[in-house]
Amino acid sequence: MMLDGQVPGGALDAKWSNHKDHLQLVNPSNRRKHTVIVVGTGLAGASAAASLGELGYNVHAFTILDSPRRAHSIAAQGGINAAKNYKNDGDSVFRLFYDTIKGGDFRSREANVHRLAEVSVKIIDQCVAQGVPFAREYGGLLDNRSFGGAQLSRTFYARGQTGQQLLIGAYGALMRQVDAGTVKMFERREMLDLVVIDGRARGIVTRNLVTGAIERFAADAVLLATGGYGNLYYLSTNAGNSNVTAAWRCAKRGAYFANPCFVQIHPTCIPASGDYQSKLTLMSESLRNDGRVWVPKQAGDRRAPQDVPEGERFYFLEERYPSFGNLVPRDVAARNCKTVCEAGQGVGPTGFAVYLDFADAIHRLGAPVIRERYGNLFQMYERIVGDNPYQAPMRIYPAVHYTMGGLWVDYNLMSNVPGLFVIGEANFSDHGANRLGASALMQGLADGYFIVPYTLANYIAGTTLKGVTTEHEAFAEAANAVQTRIDHLLRVRGDTTVAQHHRRLGHTMWEKCSISRDAQGMEAARVAVRAQRDEFWQNVRVPGEPGNLNKSLELALRVADFLEFGELVAIDALARDESCGCHFREEHQTADGEAQRNDERFAHVAAWEWHGVSRPPTMHTEPLHFESVALTQRNYR
Amino acid sequence: MSAEATMTLTLRVWRQSGPDAPGRLVEYTAPGVSPHMSFLEMLDVVNEELTARGEDPIAFDYDCREGICGSCGIVIDGVAHGPQPATTTCQLFMRHFTDGAVVTIEPWRARGFPLVKDLVVDRSAFDRVIAAGGYVSVDTGSAPEANLIPIPKDVADHAMDAAACIGCGACVAACKNASAVLFVGAKISHMTLMPQGHPERERRVVAMVTQMEKEGFGACSNEGECEAVCPKEISVGNIQRLTREYARALLKRSL
Repeated sequence: MMLDGQVPGGALDAKWSNHKDHLQLVNPSNRRKHTVIVVGTGLAGASAAASLGELGYNVHAFTILDSPRRAHSIAAQGGINAAKNYKNDGDSVFRLFYDTIKGGDFRSREANVHRLAEVSVKIIDQCVAQGVPFAREYGGLLDNRSFGGAQLSRTFYARGQTGQQLLIGAYGALMRQVDAGTVKMFERREMLDLVVIDGRARGIVTRNLVTGAIERFAADAVLLATGGYGNLYYLSTNAGNSNVTAAWRCAKRGAYFANPCFVQIHPTCIPASGDYQSKLTLMSESLRNDGRVWVPKQAGDRRAPQDVPEGERFYFLEERYPSFGNLVPRDVAARNCKTVCEAGQGVGPTGFAVYLDFADAIHRLGAPVIRERYGNLFQMYERIVGDNPYQAPMRIYPAVHYTMGGLWVDYNLMSNVPGLFVIGEANFSDHGANRLGASALMQGLADGYFIVPYTLANYIAGTTLKGVTTEHEAFAEAANAVQTRIDHLLRVRGDTTVAQHHRRLGHTMWEKCSISRDAQGMEAARVAVRAQRDEFWQNVRVPGEPGNLNKSLELALRVADFLEFGELVAIDALARDESCGCHFREEHQTADGEAQRNDERFAHVAAWEWHGVSRPPTMHTEPLHFESVALTQRNYR
Repeated sequence: MSAEATMTLTLRVWRQSGPDAPGRLVEYTAPGVSPHMSFLEMLDVVNEELTARGEDPIAFDYDCREGICGSCGIVIDGVAHGPQPATTTCQLFMRHFTDGAVVTIEPWRARGFPLVKDLVVDRSAFDRVIAAGGYVSVDTGSAPEANLIPIPKDVADHAMDAAACIGCGACVAACKNASAVLFVGAKISHMTLMPQGHPERERRVVAMVTQMEKEGFGACSNEGECEAVCPKEISVGNIQRLTREYARALLKRSL
């Protein structure tokens, strides 16, 4: 089936304003009669919940953590893009749009990306008004820096803690609405099912993570803002509690999952040190502004970095990509790091690391300037690794970081299940096959502050919604299904732990379906994941009781979903028989080893309809039409 | 992989199945601890062992594991977040411990943070203090152009120093009065230094302090334990600003 993204007509730069002019409105005095559920309180969820509360809707907001302020958006380090052109370096809405769509290797929806660039400027205004302490110049005006994949400085930042500061801004706005009584906050609740009645999303079923109670919530619309699925790979830069469960349960209720194979591998992370490793830590991409990436020219060179003379160093990004140098997009950088390590030039105890060296920058600018720019990142590195990056280069290696794939949404950010909206990283819409740095924060806040409040009103105003209570049989059915799954997991009492399963699944996906992929590997991954899924349900051990705080049970439910979802990632990667952005198929590369797209066959979104573990999913496609940009081979040389 | 030697530690861990159940310290052995493990990874390994033995794993809060979300918080040998300065529990690495050490592991203990299970406490009081006024009341869409109000760099930097608070609650856990003034002071500083916070300056500080007291947090007796354990090095100077702002608000109100 062909999917229709409902992109409005007209010129690209007029689509959003025209569309907004014709969206239906909900009368202010009627808004409080409409309950809206927001799942997740990161940048997208918190900004949406706060904005909807301000408008007067009756909002119920949910987080799996003990406070909305802890959502994983908080860990974003580098910054947020906006087309303000404060640096007078020629930036514009069009350029931000163009960089984003090109960076995504022409696999995102043109109209969505342009809208994102348009509202980017308002985001900065909003955040500054909230008191976000962005970095400033001596004249008191906002400072900018450059980021990967762009040749100008449009990134706003708050030291290396931009995500934290933006989230605290959105969290403040959210808590203000909690105080005002428009938002009711539900902490330590995990969404375990979507309730669909008469074909529309009408509520959710959650587990209270403290009491274990299975709870039901009814609403007129459900907004999913539950982030990405990077933890499918076990080791990723995601937080320990990030997961696919809420999105996957929606997929199992009929929402299409789009482009699940688009998984971003971030080039600059601290390498793993042992089997106990629970996560990988990102070192912000902003470090590539001043850090130079290199390995020894000679494979197997085990000398300490300072003992390798300049002439025997291979600055592979600078040499291969002279015009972008160390600032090539993430997918390009990650692939190159992998290639040199596989050629035996990797460094560190495992040989799977490259140097990120600040010696030149320190020499040129002085240590105080470097400390001012990256102090907290250097500190973080030293704390984790035990080496001082002012004296010796950092060792870095790529790791799973962000997922461009997500639930399919139309231009209004509504999934194919009416009433289910998906925002932020949880949807698929804006980053195509590769996300540019400093664009995730922009998208989360664009969706939450400036897009979904309008499009949600249009849905509510334009739909006749029958009154529904949690007594409805669909709620009972969903709650029973959740309870059955929990009871089953606790009953298995096998001899493998949830963590062992998660680690193994992650290893399979990393080996077969990450920085580069081929048909044979993905077929093997698919078979392996299937087999492991059966084993999991027969042999997992989940200790503890269902009726209180039980971390093992929480993780078991998430890993069970990853074991279904992982197969879909492999299926999608297999079906996309081209290379694009992060999706690098060994079979399809240019003579230079770059991703070779096939626009004739694959300029589309692949959105998968799930039919259960025993039946193959159906692929629906949304053709991507490019009216304002020419599809070119990305070239960062 | 590193060839460095591993350590064996003895852990004395606070176990308590629920808020009303009795709690006690239980001894566990943690063998094969690598110096490159984080403290939480060491606990993960212990929990894997407990799971394999069919015992209930030790419950503790965590999320980002990179020191920014504020989820984790354990009192290690009597010190909130353990022995390393300016470090959250998740960023504390085992290279700072020695082979054979006995390590006592307890939850935050404070009236404002009731215990949930084992090392997990309920910090929702902090959210309620923020809800009382820890923000600028600006509706979405009503903001003026971002560069309209220049803010001197040093002022923005100082505001950022205060805004770096992660809301972990170590300050409360370290204080013998279980006071939350460093947490509240950091937010007041952030909001007072930034000009956007000025219109609500008096209302905010009174509302937040009132809520703080209502939550059962104690008074400050100027011992600075909070600053000493703060993983983000939030300065006690913020407490002075809080006191000043509070007095100023009361004076202004009485005029």
